Amino acid sequence: MIGNLPYVAVVIFVGLGIYTLMFKKNLIKIAIGVVLIENGVNLFLITLGYRKGAIAPIYTYAPSGQAMVLPTPQALTLTSIVIGIATTALILSVAMMIYKHYGTLDTDEVRRLKG
Amino acid sequence: MNLSNHIPILIIAIPLLAAFLVPLIGRINKKATGILTTLALSVSLILTIVLAVKILTVGPQVYVFGATSPSLTLPSGLKFPIRIMLQIDAMGIFMGLITAVVSFVGAVYSLIFMKQHSGLDKYYSLLLLLTVGVFGMEFTGDVFNFFVFLEIASIASVALISFRGIDLGEPAEAGFKYMVVSSISALVVLFAVGIFYGQYDLLNFAALASVIKYSQLDKIALGLLIPVLAMKAGAVPMHMWTPDAYSEAPAPITMMLVAASQASLYALFRVVFSLYNISLNVLTVGWIIIIFGLLSMFIGVTMAIIQKDIKRLMAYHAISQTGYMFLGVGVGLAVLANPVALNQYGITAMEGGIFHIMNHAMYKGLLFLTAGALFFRTGTKNLDKMGGLAHSMKYTTIFFIIGAAAIAGLPPFNGFASKILIYESVYRFNPLLSIIAMVVSILTLASFVKVFHSAFLGPKLPQFKEVKEVPRSMVFAMAVLSCIIIFFGLFPDLIVKNLVHPAVMSLIEQFKYTGTVLGGM
Repeated sequence: MIGNLPYVAVVIFVGLGIYTLMFKKNLIKIAIGVVLIENGVNLFLITLGYRKGAIAPIYTYAPSGQAMVLPTPQALTLTSIVIGIATTALILSVAMMIYKHYGTLDTDEVRRLKG
Repeated sequence: MNLSNHIPILIIAIPLLAAFLVPLIGRINKKATGILTTLALSVSLILTIVLAVKILTVGPQVYVFGATSPSLTLPSGLKFPIRIMLQIDAMGIFMGLITAVVSFVGAVYSLIFMKQHSGLDKYYSLLLLLTVGVFGMEFTGDVFNFFVFLEIASIASVALISFRGIDLGEPAEAGFKYMVVSSISALVVLFAVGIFYGQYDLLNFAALASVIKYSQLDKIALGLLIPVLAMKAGAVPMHMWTPDAYSEAPAPITMMLVAASQASLYALFRVVFSLYNISLNVLTVGWIIIIFGLLSMFIGVTMAIIQKDIKRLMAYHAISQTGYMFLGVGVGLAVLANPVALNQYGITAMEGGIFHIMNHAMYKGLLFLTAGALFFRTGTKNLDKMGGLAHSMKYTTIFFIIGAAAIAGLPPFNGFASKILIYESVYRFNPLLSIIAMVVSILTLASFVKVFHSAFLGPKLPQFKEVKEVPRSMVFAMAVLSCIIIFFGLFPDLIVKNLVHPAVMSLIEQFKYTGTVLGGM
């Protein structure tokens, strides 16, 4: 049971992210919502590779016979984190541009494109 | 070293290298950036054609990174592929050809179209990165790599959509919407990748396809993948980003965005056909895809009729045309488990749907370019403010007529060729679907008659007295697409038999795709 706690955290992260995206009207908060979902997914990936009592997967330094955690999910997560930084930076810079032209971050007022 | 073995990676690597060279060159000579981009993309186009010939004659190609030989998919002693690889079959190269043509034409068109903007080195760099991302999505044989390329394409597209956001608010607004939509869809794809990895310890498409059991978790992964990939392809009811992004991006970028959306559509078909194939409940999933198609076709075209902004109107038509692809391929999927129906009309329906992908990229690209040409000379996208432009922009008028006739499905243009395949075969599946498709086609024609009337016909307006034809390189870009449209319209047999049929067969016959990696296992 206690081993499933990370998955509960994943659900909370993603759920909060979706809540933020659906109900918050501030562009910065929407960006935070995206980041929350991203953290949830990263946590999910890293949990998949976890083994109880295992050590870091550095092959040359590991004592023989000791179980290691799976390295692939860690590589995936690392890549995903790097990509996440790029997307977050881009979302925030676009939000900055919107603030410059509209003078607000409220999605109800940033609505020149519709129909 | 035999260079011809390395063509698959060169198609991706050359634009990628050029993407980082362009800003450096831009420090020395601003004009050289566009030329370098065009050069890199033309090399990529030639290599794609060479690879296409090879794939269609020899069979699917695999390119393995980090192995002693690019074709060594299974290292000795292992029963499953562990290396990252590109895996290109007839369907992948079909999409690759579209991307190669569209990106090359887009670069040529940009040479003059974007001339008055500042920061051109960044523009070209992003254009190349977008091409890299789209090529990667189509060529990769690895689910995680698909996510990476999806993000590369999304990030580049967002920056390009909001490229004019320095001076205007709307492009930034469209860019924000697109960024949120594409980050969410990429993260959901990553979540599905995690589900696959957790169950099977595999990331390779082909290896996954050979072990997939359609368990409860696989169903969840499918349920996550279908909506987000359909969202990236711009299907109704997840289409809210499409008209904004398409109408606010510069015209050549809009054309590239169409190709990028279609790469997501390709991924959707790849997941459904190559990954799950017959293990799915094909009738249910087939109908889900058909319903996406019907909604997109109908809502897309009805929304298009009321638009006044020419690019927004065309964007809604892009949604509507995507519906045809969903319809054709959805019907093929629905009868996948029934060999008799599949042979009678399922394969034809899929040929129609897949052929429509290429046709749509060509004529929609052409239409967006003519809209760009109008904007370039008149400075407006509002149809109410245009008029009488046929007097001064003769070539653009002809190109617009070709594009409009093709999208409305009039013979002898390419839209007719694929639409007739869809009508005929879908009628045998369910007559109502075929009738709706025809009605949508008529509405499309009506809408484009309106555009033609308000933009091109009528007396010469005093405020457009100075308007003249667009420069030669823009005319050349539009002429290339027009020639392809007319060629496809006149000889559809040739294309369907040599390009589309192999693509459809490699989707239907799962082993054709998986067998290339797993060998004799």
